[in-house]
Amino acid sequence: MVTFQFVPYHEIEGITSAKRINKLLNIVKEDKIVILEGRLRKEEEADLIEITMEEIAPGFRGIELSVIYPDRSRQDPFQKLKGGFANLLLGDRQGLTIIGPASIVKKIERNPDKIELFTKETKNSKKKRAK
Amino acid sequence: MVKELFKKWFKNLKLNPFSKRDQIKLGLYGPPNGGKSTLANRICLDWLGQEMSTVSHIAHETREITIKEQVTIKNKKGKELTFSLVDTPGIATRIDYEDFIKKGLKKNEAKKRAKEATKGVIDSIKWLDNMDSVIVVLDATEDPYSQVNITILGNLQARNIPVLIAANKVDLKKANLEVIRSAFPQYKVVGLSAKYGKNIEEFYEQLFKIN
Repeated sequence: MVTFQFVPYHEIEGITSAKRINKLLNIVKEDKIVILEGRLRKEEEADLIEITMEEIAPGFRGIELSVIYPDRSRQDPFQKLKGGFANLLLGDRQGLTIIGPASIVKKIERNPDKIELFTKETKNSKKKRAK
Repeated sequence: MVKELFKKWFKNLKLNPFSKRDQIKLGLYGPPNGGKSTLANRICLDWLGQEMSTVSHIAHETREITIKEQVTIKNKKGKELTFSLVDTPGIATRIDYEDFIKKGLKKNEAKKRAKEATKGVIDSIKWLDNMDSVIVVLDATEDPYSQVNITILGNLQARNIPVLIAANKVDLKKANLEVIRSAFPQYKVVGLSAKYGKNIEEFYEQLFKIN
């Protein structure tokens, strides 16, 4: 069985970067797959990788990470403007971030608007898709 | 913190009084096994006559930052560019010593390599702030939409560091340059084979444009 835990953006909105990352990593270390509303800042994504590496141990072999985000390069100027305002008002709520433990998630394949998540126990039958 | 802020401003203005360097730092970044060290060796062989790093088919062969100072390249017009070439360990989100055992390493050796590899990833990320320009080396036979690639490029963009994407291994049949170009349309992508030197002249020309 695979457990997904949804983390709404407001749960990480008011806390520091370090606390955000620890909160997400703690969930992953419980062998759950995090579905985060929105995305981390770019620097936080790098920090997440760095802290993951610091915490690698016999029981924790890292993470698989993927972010689905509206592709700005394919938007018209009006859509870009709207997206910019939304970000300004609401923070990085747009998109979806998936973080899973490497012991469970074998691979996350990302196409521009689709994520395919392959778990370790299965090959074809339990391939899960999010769109 | 104020010093960091000033550093960032001055860096953007290319007038960094805090900098102790007198030479451009050109970093090679990317996921493991993309061919960063092979490209570093190609550059050093072409311009210094000696190799820089050891390469292997097993991932995370480079586990420490390696620097080659005073690399000077010349273009067709005779213009010179001198830089310090910084070969970095591949950035990954997972490191499992069992993967190294599958590649033929003994258990103790695999565990040691995994530990060193995690430190290497941390060092690579920390060194991002020291770079003046970066070549992101991707394996042209692999899916470019990996989050590691996106995170590396996003962090370089956030730091205003000029980027050139080297799509390596174009000598292989599976290589698909167009997929990489369509994944990262905002960057210049040069297809090359670091191993055989294919299209390396075009790569050197592009280095002048980002520095």
